Amino acid sequence: MSQDVHHPAAASPVERRVAALQALLTERGLVPEGFIEETTRRYEAETGPMNGAKVVARAWADPEYKERLLADGTAAIAELGFGGPEGDHMVVVENTPAVHNVIVCTLCSCYPWPVLGLPPAWYKDPPYRARMVRQPRAVLAEMGCPLPVEVEIRVWDSSAEVRYLVLPQRPPGTEDMTESELAALVTRDSMIGVARL
Amino acid sequence: MQGFGTVCHSPTEPVFHYRWEAVARALLGVVAGAVQASGGEFRHAIERMEPGHYLTSGYYEHWLTAAATLAVEHGLVTRSELEARAGGRFPLSGPVLAPPIADAGPDVGTPRFGVGDWVRVREWHPPGHTRCPRYVRGKAGTVMRVDGIHSLPDVEAHGPARRREPTYSVRFGTAELWGDGQRGAWVHVDLWDSYLEPS
Repeated sequence: MSQDVHHPAAASPVERRVAALQALLTERGLVPEGFIEETTRRYEAETGPMNGAKVVARAWADPEYKERLLADGTAAIAELGFGGPEGDHMVVVENTPAVHNVIVCTLCSCYPWPVLGLPPAWYKDPPYRARMVRQPRAVLAEMGCPLPVEVEIRVWDSSAEVRYLVLPQRPPGTEDMTESELAALVTRDSMIGVARL
Repeated sequence: MQGFGTVCHSPTEPVFHYRWEAVARALLGVVAGAVQASGGEFRHAIERMEPGHYLTSGYYEHWLTAAATLAVEHGLVTRSELEARAGGRFPLSGPVLAPPIADAGPDVGTPRFGVGDWVRVREWHPPGHTRCPRYVRGKAGTVMRVDGIHSLPDVEAHGPARRREPTYSVRFGTAELWGDGQRGAWVHVDLWDSYLEPS
């Protein structure tokens, strides 16, 4: 939250519209006590890329887990305690030296909430949604992820019920790291596929 | 639609940039629960936004507009109440143009296609909601995965009827989609059975 509590600005038109809808729904008894706070807390504290990073680190550290993760993403992710809305049908796609995967939702903003949290603004904005399927190699390069021409790019448009997670390549020189040290290396962008580690 | 310029990327950002975004997000949950809106009905409420408003407002303003639109359409609140409280105009989404679907036909229990099958996306232009992206209509690709059986959004957005069908992940070459000589890139799109025909 970036509001300045000491010097609140005058409410913007959209803030006044939100307040109007909230007040009317509350008066009709439709907003349970604490519902807004609890929903907000859950998405700010309990979901986020730190969950996906644990999945990736486990896959790097445990070849049998990786095999299960690639065969049935939903079940393997549930082994680590993650699941729920927008994570009921998970497919994990693996980056290799020859293949790079990247996820997008051209129709709206579908994103694997249990493992990555709510999507960043740029993922939901028209430039990314329109251009990642149109010029994937150019968009990746613009975003700081230039790929050699021989690397095949696989774009996954989350247009039905499956939600995707990219399994990035394990960086070299990490052989002696613990699973939690590995998890600390894994970024949100590497699991969307707009960055390599 | 193209022509949007570069992606305004940031490596990290807060989950909610403003308090009102978190409230708008939660209120959509309140409204969707109260009126039993399906995912299709919710998405269609966003898609019915006036195009200029859609393109010049952010994600949570879309959610707010959908929540308020569904609340008005289902009789929870009125537009004049919203505008009186907001002290000004409260833009809502446009009307539903598709007729309600009373009979969606039988469910499809068996996938018509298998992995490796060559399929073509039908020219599919319904007046209401769909999850068949325009950029693959008429295009041919290869089935890469057969996924679960799910409610067809084109039906569930327009009433209580449901039609459940297999879904597939279909791979399209960029040459097939765009014809501009890009190499080494594939786009995979997840599609319901109704959207596809043998190729």
